[in-house]
Amino acid sequence: MNEPAESIPPPSLWEIFLEFLLIGAISFGGGIVAYQKILLTEKRRWLNDDEFMACLAISQTMPGLNAVNIAVLTGDRLRGVLGSIVASVGLLLPGVVFVLVIGILYLKNTDHHLANLLLAGVAAAATGLLSAITYRLGHRQFNHFKSLLVVFASFFLMSIMSLSLPMVLLIMVPISLLLFRPKA
Amino acid sequence: MVSVLIHLVLTFGTLSLLAVGGGTAVLAEMQEVLHQQFQITPDRFLEVYSVGQLAPGPNMTMVVIFGFQLAGILGALLVGLAFFLPSSVLCFWIGRFWNYVGETPWRRAVQNALEPISIGLMCSGVYAVGKSALDGPLTIALAMTAFMGVLFTRINPVYVILGIGTLGAAIKYWQPGLL
Repeated sequence: MNEPAESIPPPSLWEIFLEFLLIGAISFGGGIVAYQKILLTEKRRWLNDDEFMACLAISQTMPGLNAVNIAVLTGDRLRGVLGSIVASVGLLLPGVVFVLVIGILYLKNTDHHLANLLLAGVAAAATGLLSAITYRLGHRQFNHFKSLLVVFASFFLMSIMSLSLPMVLLIMVPISLLLFRPKA
Repeated sequence: MVSVLIHLVLTFGTLSLLAVGGGTAVLAEMQEVLHQQFQITPDRFLEVYSVGQLAPGPNMTMVVIFGFQLAGILGALLVGLAFFLPSSVLCFWIGRFWNYVGETPWRRAVQNALEPISIGLMCSGVYAVGKSALDGPLTIALAMTAFMGVLFTRINPVYVILGIGTLGAAIKYWQPGLL
């Protein structure tokens, strides 16, 4: 992953930081991976489509947020470990500053009636958004019996049986790996 | 104070490595652990989660608010590191390793196996958040409107959420007894 794209000089750490800072600051409402795709493969041409899809595949396989994992892998590809660090810090910085400022203001004054009403409305809407994202990511899974079984079993163990997440994974990962193992 | 910090780092470091398929997969577990071990009520969890929805970049940056609430600015910093560093380090090394061995059928198999688990856990996240967020006909209607708005229009989700959140607040403010 250390070879930069051919014929383009590798960007400086500062350029990488600024590019990911931009992504972190303008990607409101989720869908950050789409912003990364456009900025990294089209605007900057730091990665070609194949390289981006390879990074995305690893990001989806590994734990952690996909957008952060893509920043880590792209940064490493461009400038090694320092590239990874500046890319992920740049991506997270705007959001962290935002939530800290809002969070501190809110925690200082939790009885603010209007703010509470707004957050209650936002929470209800966020539930709808989360359902929509889950549906959009999951609807292909719902068509296959094998996948649907794993989806339902994971939900059941976590929410209905109230097992802890490590326990759910300990049970479900081996079962699912067995079901989806590569055909010999 | 130090013991709270250590406890926070261990909790969020574990959640980091358990976040298969992204942060939403650990929402239900995070709510539960914060409630049991740090006395953060599901309602407070929901408020912080809602703030995260309005933030730029990854919504899970909201975890630093819990760190701040429990242990000040140092708590926020450590929770941020604990939640984002372990999974990033793992991804970094696996990325290099994968580059070295090349694509194998097993990578695809692992991804296929984890996908339905993470969808199931996301459903648990919806369930956990929904249990405290949906407390009557009004909030249920707001959630359904947001669901449709995100799924069937091309409006940026953050505007959907802000618009519907404001609408909900306005209705509750002027017509508290309506629904």
